[in-house]
Amino acid sequence: MHIVVCVKQTPDSAAKVGVDGGKVSWGDASLVVNPWDEYAIEEAIRLKEKYGGKASAISMGPETAKDALKTCLAMGCDEAFLISDPALKGSDALATSYVLAKAIEKFGDVDVVLFGKQAIDGDTGLVPVAVARRLGWAPLTYIIKIAELDPAAKTIKVERLLEEGKQVVTSRLPAVISTVKDINEPRYPSFLGIRKSAKAVIPTWTAADLGCEPGKIGAAGSAMQWPQVNPLPTRQGTVEMIEGSPEEIAAKLADKLMSDKVI
Amino acid sequence: MANKIWVFIEQEKGNLAQPSLEALGEARRLAGSGGVTALLFGQNVGGLAPTLFAHGADEVLLADDATLAEFRVEAYGGLLLKLAREQQPEVVLAGATTRGRDVLGWAAVDLESGVLADVIALDYADGKLSATRPVYAGKLQSTVVAQRQPALASLRPRAFPKPEPDAARTGSVVSVAPALAEAELATKVVETVVEDGRVSLADARIIVSGGRGVGGPEGFAPVRALAETLGAAVGASRAAVDAGWIPYAHQVGQTGKTVSPDLYVAIGISGAIQHQAGMRSAKTIVAINKDPEAPIFKLARYGVVGDLFKVVPALTAEFKKRLGK
Repeated sequence: MHIVVCVKQTPDSAAKVGVDGGKVSWGDASLVVNPWDEYAIEEAIRLKEKYGGKASAISMGPETAKDALKTCLAMGCDEAFLISDPALKGSDALATSYVLAKAIEKFGDVDVVLFGKQAIDGDTGLVPVAVARRLGWAPLTYIIKIAELDPAAKTIKVERLLEEGKQVVTSRLPAVISTVKDINEPRYPSFLGIRKSAKAVIPTWTAADLGCEPGKIGAAGSAMQWPQVNPLPTRQGTVEMIEGSPEEIAAKLADKLMSDKVI
Repeated sequence: MANKIWVFIEQEKGNLAQPSLEALGEARRLAGSGGVTALLFGQNVGGLAPTLFAHGADEVLLADDATLAEFRVEAYGGLLLKLAREQQPEVVLAGATTRGRDVLGWAAVDLESGVLADVIALDYADGKLSATRPVYAGKLQSTVVAQRQPALASLRPRAFPKPEPDAARTGSVVSVAPALAEAELATKVVETVVEDGRVSLADARIIVSGGRGVGGPEGFAPVRALAETLGAAVGASRAAVDAGWIPYAHQVGQTGKTVSPDLYVAIGISGAIQHQAGMRSAKTIVAINKDPEAPIFKLARYGVVGDLFKVVPALTAEFKKRLGK
């Protein structure tokens, strides 16, 4: 089995994100592996441990994204590749899915591609399904459980988490899977893993290495622009504290919510 | 001439998804004097067409087939894509749900277009669709502009008003064939397990949420009782989910669900920045917490500092009385 996990480096989820001179800033908060991707990395390693084979991690981003890939290696991935090129700047989900599909094709022998359900910065959640479409592989999104997998028969059975419940799906491989939080409990990198990953050499693939057509990547290959990022409008009004005995509080709060027509 | 504004309609076993009706309302607004086309795919779902007309559709493209009985992005996205190629709409809207996001993302690849994802406001002028969407888990808002047609957009549930139905509105139903045969589909749906009686967090008008302060799984009993009295969905903070007190499906926040109810009651939730990301667009927030310094009070309209195990049951009793339950 060859499993590829696609990760993104994002600001820490606790970062106080703001806008500075029209650009997104996160102060001195650290850059981390996108929290949703941790579940995908863990699942990639578990599949490798269970069925044998290799788990590869890839990330498209600037040089700093190598740190995210080192986390993948420290957790237990076998190899990692950075996809980095000035020509990729400004890529939207459409262009990103093209580049990642090209990278996955470059491996040549992939059975399962794993993603987190979305990245906590752009929050579109579009890339996994778009990569599946580009590769012509089975799209298995919002997966909470891989119930069965048969590497020889190249089949898989999964559970998807939908708004109103669960959908049980069988499929052929190769497949592109996006994971949600319930699927597993991501491990912490081991001490040995961290030491090994610190010394690891992470090769960089450029757009040309992947055979990307220039018109399909970066701003030129993107179907949308995002001219402006703004801080949130501040919430109006300040809190009104309700005091008294529990019964008095209940009566006052009920009065207010009903006169506000919220209830 | 074909209508320029389309809406992908979601249904599960014949039940229309609320975000689809919200999208229809917005489509009607964007279309102005033009027509709105609703895409209705499924099996034995033709009976839903009048409801779609009442909520703003002028035409329903109906695909009724066994291959469409259960939602599959290959089948649904493939048909959307085929129809869009043939009829060339300018805009296609859907709810930003698991289905809506996938269908648009799938079709976008072949249409060489992009998706304005999870938008909270839309504008359509001079053939250009632009939108406002939350990014960085709702900490910032981005303006996005579609550069190609058709422009695809998924609408955040409850960010757009559900239109008032007008039973006098009518339209035409046009039957269309599925794009793919069963043999061409990689995935098979074994079953869909719907949790009965659960109010979907994304669609909920009122959410009652519990956090670390409830102290354990049994601490959710008063939270549930209040939710039941108010007809609300039950939410939870990450701390409560990670502690195993309540399933993940209830988690609100950056690694859970993003919700926009009219009323959000935060019980024993301190209001970490990751939780705020998931609920700060609620119209009215009530915070009940024993710690007067909890950050949640900065977001709240009404705050109560006190013992939730006394305040919440009192509140439940009060509303039972007032709502006649």
